[in-house]
Amino acid sequence: MKHISLPADESAIRGLTVGDQVLVSGVMVTARDAAHKYLVENDDPDAKKVLAGSMIYHCGPVVAREEGAYRFVSAGPTTSEREEPYEAAVIRRYGVRGIIGKGGMGARTLDALKTSGAAYLHAVGGLAVLLAKSVEKVEGVMKLEEFGVPEAMWIIRVRDFPAVVTMDSHGGNLHAEISRRSAERLHDLLAPSPGDTGV
Amino acid sequence: MPQPDLTDHFTELIRRASTVLPSDVGAAIRAAADHEDEGSVARRVLLSLLENAAAAARESSPICQDTGTLTFHVTHDAGFSRAVLEDQIREAVAEATRRSFLRPNAVNALTGKNSGNNLGTGAPLVFFHDAFGRSEAADTQHSTLSATLLLKGGGSENVSIQYSLPDERLGAGRDYAGVRRCILDAVHRAQGYGCAPGTLGIGIGGDRMTSHMTAKEQLLRRLDDVNPDPDLAAHEKEAVEKLNTLGIGPMGFGGRTTVLGVKIGARHRVPASFFVSIAYMCWAFRRCTMTWKDGTASFES
Ligand code: SF4
Repeated sequence: MKHISLPADESAIRGLTVGDQVLVSGVMVTARDAAHKYLVENDDPDAKKVLAGSMIYHCGPVVAREEGAYRFVSAGPTTSEREEPYEAAVIRRYGVRGIIGKGGMGARTLDALKTSGAAYLHAVGGLAVLLAKSVEKVEGVMKLEEFGVPEAMWIIRVRDFPAVVTMDSHGGNLHAEISRRSAERLHDLLAPSPGDTGV
Repeated sequence: MPQPDLTDHFTELIRRASTVLPSDVGAAIRAAADHEDEGSVARRVLLSLLENAAAAARESSPICQDTGTLTFHVTHDAGFSRAVLEDQIREAVAEATRRSFLRPNAVNALTGKNSGNNLGTGAPLVFFHDAFGRSEAADTQHSTLSATLLLKGGGSENVSIQYSLPDERLGAGRDYAGVRRCILDAVHRAQGYGCAPGTLGIGIGGDRMTSHMTAKEQLLRRLDDVNPDPDLAAHEKEAVEKLNTLGIGPMGFGGRTTVLGVKIGARHRVPASFFVSIAYMCWAFRRCTMTWKDGTASFES
């Protein structure tokens, strides 16, 4: 188990490789579709301040407002693939050190991780209650009015947020590897067998 | 005798469905964890799912933040007005949303506007079934009703799929060997989307609509049941074994557990059509049944 504290410097992230189980602590920011589009179309200095050295969490949380403060109630990862058109640009422009989501991302993001020194961390989908518990404090929120609760950029302080490195800064990609191996196995299973009439 | 007001019982049904993992699903995840290597990521992930489910049940928090689509199956004796039951269910859905057992998840198909309370056109979906025979309809009144609720998230619904055989890409002909190819293909394609380990509800035959319906109905079955049709039972067992050799594993991290179960139903088809529908249910397989009998409600998940 490795501990990562945010903001992280490049060497800490370069030290991560595919398969590492990590616990992340510090300040990170949630962002999904509307936020990614916004970050690419604008050069937001406020966003830059929090994102530099930090991580982006693909998450549309359920947030409760209690006595004037926000609390994360249920906050598992959402599918990352949707942000593939934007992520490489966001990583480069804002100096992001990591992306947390589920399902992995594509070739452009992998390349940005490599050149910028960042990593993709996979959180467990559906682990919504436990992951919400690792959010100690909501430090702020950007674009709440404009984007609504699930799409806003929530600035959260997490402690020991659990994840697994599935794409690293050296080109390692667990998703591609598992996909390749399972495709080979699928190919074997689909090989015509006696009694299989085919088309 | 006026029809009883079951609204609060329906609200409780929703709370339980969203926050309590069914016992058979929990048992299957635990067995799967034991089957993965000590210290492996796969095992760790499976155990964390159980931890999450325990915390959700303790705090009445949704197991997953995507509380999905709500489908009710209500079976009742004579005397219940279905219109009244549906009103009570809709009121319960709105109340459960207010109490955060459900995320507001019903959006206008075209404008994307969220209704805020999970009510909308076709939302929730309620199916009614008779629990009485033709002759006894008049004797039984308001005494028994059972309602099963299934919650299905978007990530898992998006990878559900329907094949029409023959399928040349898969080399799948119009027989069970062809069906087998569809099943393997569907799970391979679902990796990285629906949170694994999943459960497959499979419908063979029927038309486009009933094939999908048959697939979804299989998800009402318990994971530990045995298909009364011995051929289908054998196919189910074989499918689970084969799929778990794909190595996709929990969350796609690799491992021996890619699916928890496969449930197959078949219905007659016209000679010209051969559909295979696959309803993918993620690990957060949320369902609960409420039974109302002689004035008291009991729940089973
Ligand atoms: S696929 Fe299931 S467990 Fe995963 S995020 Fe969707 S509803 Fe939750």
